[in-house]
Amino acid sequence: MLRYTLRRLLSAIPTLFLVIVLAFVLVHQAPGSPFSDERVLPPAVEENIRAHYRLDESLPEQFIHYVAGLLRGDFGPSYSYPDRRVGDLIAIGVPVSLKLGVIALIVSVVVGITAGIVAALRRNMPLDRLVTGFAMTGISVPVFVIAPVLVLLFAVYLDWLPASWSGQDGISRLVLPVIALALPQIANIARLTRANLIDALGSNFVRTARAQGLGTLAIVRHHALKPALLPVLSYMGPAIAAVLTGSVIVEEVFGIPGLGQFFVRGALNRDYTLVLGVVIFYAVLIVVLNLIVDLLYGLIDPRIRYR
Amino acid sequence: MINKTMDVVINRRTLLKLTAAAIAVIVSVTAGCSGKPDPDAGLTVLNRSLSSDPESLDPQKARSTQAADVLRDIGEGLIGYDPAGELVAAGAERWTVSEDGLTYTFELRADARWSTGEPVTAEDYVFGLQRLVDPASATFYASAVSAIVNAEAIIRGELPAESLGVRAEDSHTLEIDLSEPTLYLLGLLTHPSTFPAHRGRVAAHGEDYALPGNLPSNGAYLLESWEPGSLVKIRRNTEYWNDGNTAIDVVYHHVITQEAQELNRYRAGELHITTNVPPESFQQVREEYGEQLRVYPTLGVYYYGFNLDREPFADKPRLRQALSMAIDREVLVEKITGRGEAPAYSWVPPGTYNYEPPRFSYANLTQDERNRIARSLYREAGYGEDNPLRFELRYNTSDTQRRIALAVQAMWREVLGAEAELVNVEFQVLLDQMRAAEITQVFRSSWLGDYNDAYTFLGVLESDSPSNMPRYVDEEYDDLLQNAASQVDADRRRLYLEEAERVLLADHAVIPLYFYVSKHLVDPRIRGWGDNLLDYHYSQHLSFDAAD
Repeated sequence: MLRYTLRRLLSAIPTLFLVIVLAFVLVHQAPGSPFSDERVLPPAVEENIRAHYRLDESLPEQFIHYVAGLLRGDFGPSYSYPDRRVGDLIAIGVPVSLKLGVIALIVSVVVGITAGIVAALRRNMPLDRLVTGFAMTGISVPVFVIAPVLVLLFAVYLDWLPASWSGQDGISRLVLPVIALALPQIANIARLTRANLIDALGSNFVRTARAQGLGTLAIVRHHALKPALLPVLSYMGPAIAAVLTGSVIVEEVFGIPGLGQFFVRGALNRDYTLVLGVVIFYAVLIVVLNLIVDLLYGLIDPRIRYR
Repeated sequence: MINKTMDVVINRRTLLKLTAAAIAVIVSVTAGCSGKPDPDAGLTVLNRSLSSDPESLDPQKARSTQAADVLRDIGEGLIGYDPAGELVAAGAERWTVSEDGLTYTFELRADARWSTGEPVTAEDYVFGLQRLVDPASATFYASAVSAIVNAEAIIRGELPAESLGVRAEDSHTLEIDLSEPTLYLLGLLTHPSTFPAHRGRVAAHGEDYALPGNLPSNGAYLLESWEPGSLVKIRRNTEYWNDGNTAIDVVYHHVITQEAQELNRYRAGELHITTNVPPESFQQVREEYGEQLRVYPTLGVYYYGFNLDREPFADKPRLRQALSMAIDREVLVEKITGRGEAPAYSWVPPGTYNYEPPRFSYANLTQDERNRIARSLYREAGYGEDNPLRFELRYNTSDTQRRIALAVQAMWREVLGAEAELVNVEFQVLLDQMRAAEITQVFRSSWLGDYNDAYTFLGVLESDSPSNMPRYVDEEYDDLLQNAASQVDADRRRLYLEEAERVLLADHAVIPLYFYVSKHLVDPRIRGWGDNLLDYHYSQHLSFDAAD
């Protein structure tokens, strides 16, 4: 398993390099520049700024310089935050985004699986209808619609929770963003769990277990749930990616100082290094998370061996 | 069939157990971080907002108006503004101007102090201005002070920053030498880029000078913390010379990029002042909040520009006039923008200090009369029903821009039969295309005044101005502006500027559509708020009604 892990990590290096090259070329190809504005800079002033950030060099030179910086662990200066390095911005954004993402994922898994189990056990009864109906809504309504509706309902009309992040303390400011982020995932997970659990409950080994006199809960816990959760586990990869991209919108709506917001700002302002930094960080994160999911597979399914 | 008979039934208790387990997990996860005691308990706190993240809080390096809004709270220049938008002495107590208008001598306040406790000296102002023009600082506003002797050469890297025409005569006397009389200098000196800088702290922290904890303040507030993308927190600077008149102890500048979310936060009582009001909710807000909604003119113009380097508009002032006249600006501001904007018949906004903008020759005609003349000008230019004028109107992707473009397109079609094809591109792309002036024909843009003076608008269309997107080149116009620049007498200068605008309007290089208005929701308990043209609202002028 250790060898497998190492091999996977090594094979990720070319992937990451490709991501860096592609992202670098693409951001620099985008029309516009980090310093353009309706208030156009006088040429001498713009030259000074470009020289300061080495943007007066050729693209290959800039690339070599950039990669050399990366190898030293330096993501370069941010063009849209003159006082900050991209590394510092990522360090500011990561804990916030990660906290939000991890909580949203845990909530999704717990609530999603529970709802899925309940729905499967109450198949075609009102509770099941409720869960499946909710799941359909959660899947089809996009985050940028859900988030403002949540704010209107819970912050403006009911006044239970703060409308946004900044200037608020404690956990109350996390609740709405987490719900907005988790809802679509809860829906997906509930649907998957329900379908697979219904399948498993109809299989021969469950029938045998019942024949031996086992109770419903014991059957679900010891026999049916494990195979039913395998597809849910493989969904975790996409779910993590969805939470990451979903957080871009959620952070924007709630004013959360996370990675997603920096990404949006970087893209809109042509802050090349900031966009690159966030892309590279996400790429590494997804590679690692996919690996973890694959390793977890082995723990749940004894038929899987790592070589 | 088998499945049906194998259906599993569970009882209510199992269901309850499952639900309880789920809730327990959620609570234990989210309860990890509990609330701390509030450090601001008992203090007066103001919550206001910024429509985007201030990119830097270094007075010399910042660029955006959002950064400037914060910087006016955490620093002070020689000159400032009062709530009504009138210039007042700030870091300087008094000043004299030489007869030729080329030398300004400022007497600094003896009691002005940095938050570090050290006095603010003339040398600090000199250092700030040198830092602004020094190529090594890579500042955006360097050329704002290009009227100061040697500034241009320093920016080009031909002279050292120390050669800038700014001198500390003694610790509290500052002299500024200008290469031409700059009657708007006092207005310029309110801009954060001209604020003093603390040499010791810059030397100690370098690139990190403007981060919380490092950045000293000579203003009413001190930067306490800054979460990029979310929040700037500033706290009363007890060393400030006018601290006795500061009422609010702590100010949060919340970064809220979405107008709808800003309104939600105001509704939820989380904000005392908004920077804007979403267009779709404007009428509702007006009815709901009455006096809390402040709407007043500001120094900004929304315009459509012609690319004067390209067909079909190069050298065709009368065709351009036809397009300009055919737009019913009253309908535009009433039905499309609908937030109290004023229809624009000039380039410089009305209300600009010591300036009476001339208006388009047709400004006093009815729209029907304008349409008639527009049609004949259009035909005169060789276009007609069987030979309609076709061109592209480019604008940046946004709902407001699209609605305006659709309305104008319809007016051109209805009045003239001209066919404008609407092309929307992302903002940065549009900027690029306007600058290159290769594929644009008509484009949408805007200009916001940096200081309250007509030149901040007229200078944009000078032939060598980098922001001259229409590529307007007119010798007479340039000469008039040159003449204005060399005037020492404000009234004579004004006449030159007004004449220049007359030339500009007669050439129809741009179609000004409307003048912007500022729109804020202001908590009724707030005192000291002043509607002003520049839309500056220093936190130190604000207070809360004692009754609350």
